[in-house]
Amino acid sequence: MAGDGALVRARGLGKRFGDFEAVRGIDLEVRPGEAFGFLGPNGAGKSSTMRMISCVSPRTGGELTVLGMDPDRAGPRIRARLGVVPQQDNLDTELTVRQNLHVYGRYFGLSKAHVRARAEELLDFAQLTERADDEVEPLSGGMKRRLTIARSLINDPELLLLDEPTTGLDPQARHLLWDRLFRLKQQGVTLIVTTHYMDEAEQLCDRLVVMDGGRIVAEGSPGELISRHATREVLELRFAPGAQAAAEPSVVDLAERVEVLPDRLLLYTGDGESALKAAHDRGVVPVSSLVRRATLEDVFLRLTGRTLVD
Amino acid sequence: MTTTGQRCTGTVPGPARAALLVVEGLWAWYRRNWRSTVISTLVQPVLFLVALGIGFGSQVEPGPATGGLPYVQFLAPALLAATLMQTATFESTYPILSAFKWQRTYWAVVATPISAAQLLAGQLTWLAARLAFTAVGFLAVAAALGAVAGPGFLLAVVFSLLTGLACGAPIVAYAATIESEGQQFNVIFRFIVLPMMMFSGTFFPVEQLPGWVQPVVWLTPLWHGTELCRGVTLGTLGALPALGHLLYLLALLVVGAYLARRNFVRRLEV
Repeated sequence: MAGDGALVRARGLGKRFGDFEAVRGIDLEVRPGEAFGFLGPNGAGKSSTMRMISCVSPRTGGELTVLGMDPDRAGPRIRARLGVVPQQDNLDTELTVRQNLHVYGRYFGLSKAHVRARAEELLDFAQLTERADDEVEPLSGGMKRRLTIARSLINDPELLLLDEPTTGLDPQARHLLWDRLFRLKQQGVTLIVTTHYMDEAEQLCDRLVVMDGGRIVAEGSPGELISRHATREVLELRFAPGAQAAAEPSVVDLAERVEVLPDRLLLYTGDGESALKAAHDRGVVPVSSLVRRATLEDVFLRLTGRTLVD
Repeated sequence: MTTTGQRCTGTVPGPARAALLVVEGLWAWYRRNWRSTVISTLVQPVLFLVALGIGFGSQVEPGPATGGLPYVQFLAPALLAATLMQTATFESTYPILSAFKWQRTYWAVVATPISAAQLLAGQLTWLAARLAFTAVGFLAVAAALGAVAGPGFLLAVVFSLLTGLACGAPIVAYAATIESEGQQFNVIFRFIVLPMMMFSGTFFPVEQLPGWVQPVVWLTPLWHGTELCRGVTLGTLGALPALGHLLYLLALLVVGAYLARRNFVRRLEV
């Protein structure tokens, strides 16, 4: 039992498909009321982990409890108390928006009257009331995503799992979705989110783990991770492709660390403007330059030597 | 919206209820689309009954081969079995593939307390309901055209349902393994369903076929269904042959359902 109140607890959790090891022994704990994130590139093992926590994919190694129960033994009982937003929408596109909520709610053994009332609240929450009687098929990607989230809330879940909630949406639709997720968080719903967008992780997550190659490579709040693995500021010097390597020796001592990307140099320093001035003084002439705050993208680059989104 | 302080409301439905909830979900779709499906499933049998049963049948003398009945009444019970076989085949191909691959609705269901095995039970129950609607529609049309020979036809409705399910269950099992766009289904329609309909005794007695072909025909589920349906309508069905046909169809249904269950679990719970 989760006497310490953790909603999810994993020890050495692993998932193997034949010869392929998707998740290679991870430890984690998700506490009530927090928004917990898995940040990592495609193929890092985030979705496999999410499917194990969703109790639809049996683990092949380690320990896992969800809501204090073992998914292998109590899958249906756990799933009754979860909300799941999958990576790919799986709405019934030939039903109406409202029917999708009605049908899905019934799978949780809820009465028709309860489902009807709850559906109206959720339509309002997802800002879909005006489209309630329309078929799902012609809806925009953002609307479908909001409906999928509304659907996942039909049983008032204790834990909401969102796998890549805003992948493929335009910026406006993403911000609207984040706003809805923020409200849920304020209401005390525990969220687990996977994403390969560092801005999404920074926006939504109180605490996150960085995953790469089936392992957890770092854990902390977005702020902690940034201060631990990056400097306060980053100076980006953009060059014509290929010219950046030639410029590196001239600036290498201007920063705590320099990363060489295909088209630019990243200088990690507490004071970007001074570093930029010093570089100019040394005759380094980039095509363009930018001083910005360090982000989780920089953390990931530091930890894995690669960028999140290729 | 209110969530705070509200207790989680989700529960775990029992196995039978879980399957019925899946049926309820499929029924929600059917309620919106039944008009077009009724037309598409009944047009073909009506054309066959009119063109072959009444039209071509006017050239066939009632005789020993037709059990002394007008040809349209000889044809109707077998055509009922063939129609349900066709409907079952179609319902067990693209709709299943779509729920796995295109709409992915099966994945939505198994994220709820409902398991893959319960989902399959619901899908097969729905198939039975869908076939029952088709059978009732066929019965009404056949009665209106004077193609129903007598009360034995009601038993034919039951046997044709079994025939449909015995054909559908193994195809559901197969469809659950398909990852492509379903081109394989056209092979089933062209090289299994159509020849089965032509040569399993629907339109003429199997005894008219060359002797070496007949054992092949005996392997088809439709022949067993046709023997049952026509036998009870004509009143010529012996107890022992009836038992054999029933066991064959039941065995096919049980094996098909078992494989379908295994394939659903393999694909959805990995």
